Amino acid sequence: MLADRDRIFTNLYGLSDWTLEGARARGQWDCTNAILEKGPEAIVDVMKKSGLRGRGGAGFPTGLKWSFMPKEVKERPHYLVVNADESEPGTCKDRDIMRHDPHLLVEGCLIASFAMRAHACYIYVRGEFIRERERLQAAIDQAYEARLIGKNNVNGWDFDCYVHHGAGAYICGEETALLESLEGKKGQPRLKPPFPANMGLYGCPTTVNNVESIAVVPTIMRRGPDWFSSFGRPNNTGTKVFCISGHVNKPCNVEEEMSIPLRELIERHAGGVRGGWDNLMAVIPGGSSMPVLSKEIADTILMDFDSLVAVKSGLGTAAIVVMDKSTDIIKAFARLAYFYRHESCGQCTPCREGTGWMWRVLTRMQKGDAQTADIDLLQEVTKQIEGHTICAFGEGASWPVQGFLRHFRPEIERRIAARKNTALAQAAE
Amino acid sequence: MSSRRLYHEQPSGFAFTPDNKVRAEREITKYPPGRQASAVIALLWFGQEQEGWVTKPMIEVVAHMLGMAYIRVLEVATFYTMFHLHPVGKHVVQVCTTTPCWLAGSDDVVAMCKKHISPLQNTISSDGIFSWQEVECLGACVNAPAAQIGNDFYEDLDGPRTEAVLATFRRGETPKPGSQAGRHSSEPAGGPLTLVDFSEPSQNPAGDTT
Repeated sequence: MLADRDRIFTNLYGLSDWTLEGARARGQWDCTNAILEKGPEAIVDVMKKSGLRGRGGAGFPTGLKWSFMPKEVKERPHYLVVNADESEPGTCKDRDIMRHDPHLLVEGCLIASFAMRAHACYIYVRGEFIRERERLQAAIDQAYEARLIGKNNVNGWDFDCYVHHGAGAYICGEETALLESLEGKKGQPRLKPPFPANMGLYGCPTTVNNVESIAVVPTIMRRGPDWFSSFGRPNNTGTKVFCISGHVNKPCNVEEEMSIPLRELIERHAGGVRGGWDNLMAVIPGGSSMPVLSKEIADTILMDFDSLVAVKSGLGTAAIVVMDKSTDIIKAFARLAYFYRHESCGQCTPCREGTGWMWRVLTRMQKGDAQTADIDLLQEVTKQIEGHTICAFGEGASWPVQGFLRHFRPEIERRIAARKNTALAQAAE
Repeated sequence: MSSRRLYHEQPSGFAFTPDNKVRAEREITKYPPGRQASAVIALLWFGQEQEGWVTKPMIEVVAHMLGMAYIRVLEVATFYTMFHLHPVGKHVVQVCTTTPCWLAGSDDVVAMCKKHISPLQNTISSDGIFSWQEVECLGACVNAPAAQIGNDFYEDLDGPRTEAVLATFRRGETPKPGSQAGRHSSEPAGGPLTLVDFSEPSQNPAGDTT
């Protein structure tokens, strides 16, 4: 188990003081200017060496992403945008960072902005997180007050940090939709290229990073890339906040080492599966967009990017949703399909029409009101959506259905047969 | 994709209160000159806080303040689902029913809303105090099931706890937000198992203790 002294989020549960004073007592804002004195290239190098992969779902190497920004600021200013539009079902980690340890994020924003030669940062907080954005704003105000950020601050890099909020649209977690929304438009994703590092916010070079990716930066800079990469397996390094919800005895958030076995994570931290491990039916390992795992896979799987890709799933946001044997698994996925139908931005036809179609078919299957051939048809439709949309929402909506069909096809067949038998019995009476 | 339209009955006008006008103007200064449209969500939000829901005259006022075409603000108001486009109760109870909350029993929360507020969502209760609606993932999954009421989340709900929360609001009081099961926040029930020991390792990890 990760030792407490190796945790980055030392106030994850909000049991200590979130303010600047409390943050300083936990070692934050300690000689930040010494970190900045290393220079932008050195900071990007440390991030690359640490092996940090983006914590928002896609797992793209953070240091590499930063290095895509232009090395000189020309007529267009650079921006850092922090994606705090945490809306992936199962995920509630960024919320804890913002409400309980906001200075980790603010300090991370300063360091990351400096490394990318940005003087301004916008933090896009989902609309529902009203208390969280108030808390974050309060932390930013404290940092301004203490001249840690702002014009002519003690750290020597002019830097403004703004909190911006959405108003309830999952799609705004997609980086280009987020930029559209930040510009005051509907959150509909942009075609890439041009990539944000070239044409992002207001047409200027922009990098969009997840809250957790930015909040770990100060600690990595202080403790060194070797410390961070000593956790987890190669290419899957560091610590990670896991959210464990669903049918476990004690749902919770916890920071653990990457590559920890799923079973150990659930049993050690979340009180085990309700009714014991053998009562497990299925686990979604990385937020609702990542394909579900059967118990056989969950028995031995390691929680990291590469091991989950190897079983046709993914780490995503590391939000674990546990389902025990009492679950109506078809309803669970029909409800997820409803979520994607509700949240599709409507821009691309395969997604706008396909998400509603998948939801309607799954709702029929839940009642057994379907033909066996519909199962293959449903699989076929997911393939028509996947890869045929502007953004990854198409994949996010079809992968859960594909994973569900891969592991739980017999359950659908059983339910269809049961309904047929009931109908036959009624007809015979 | 949700299809949303403006309400069939609209008030004749809208104006920000002086306080909200100041807030709105401050909000606009967050963005570079010429980029004031970025403040559109915030301004509509202030308007909704003031009036309870987003009205047509409000959209026109916001469009005028930000130098935006009316249609652009209308697009934003109809795209983002936190904007209520119809009158709502004094307290809007937004029950998360996405899979993680559903697994944890959000059906019971919905049942209590139907019983104590209205059988149909988006309908104002007879005393005008509440309306309720199902919403998608609130992002409080380890404290499921959760509901947002006003600016606060009420978490670790079940049927009786939901009843208690609603009854407290009905009495004109505000229940304590957060977990209704006695948890502090997202730690496991019964107290944290981590973040309790920050002592140095008893042995030198290099193993060269004498």
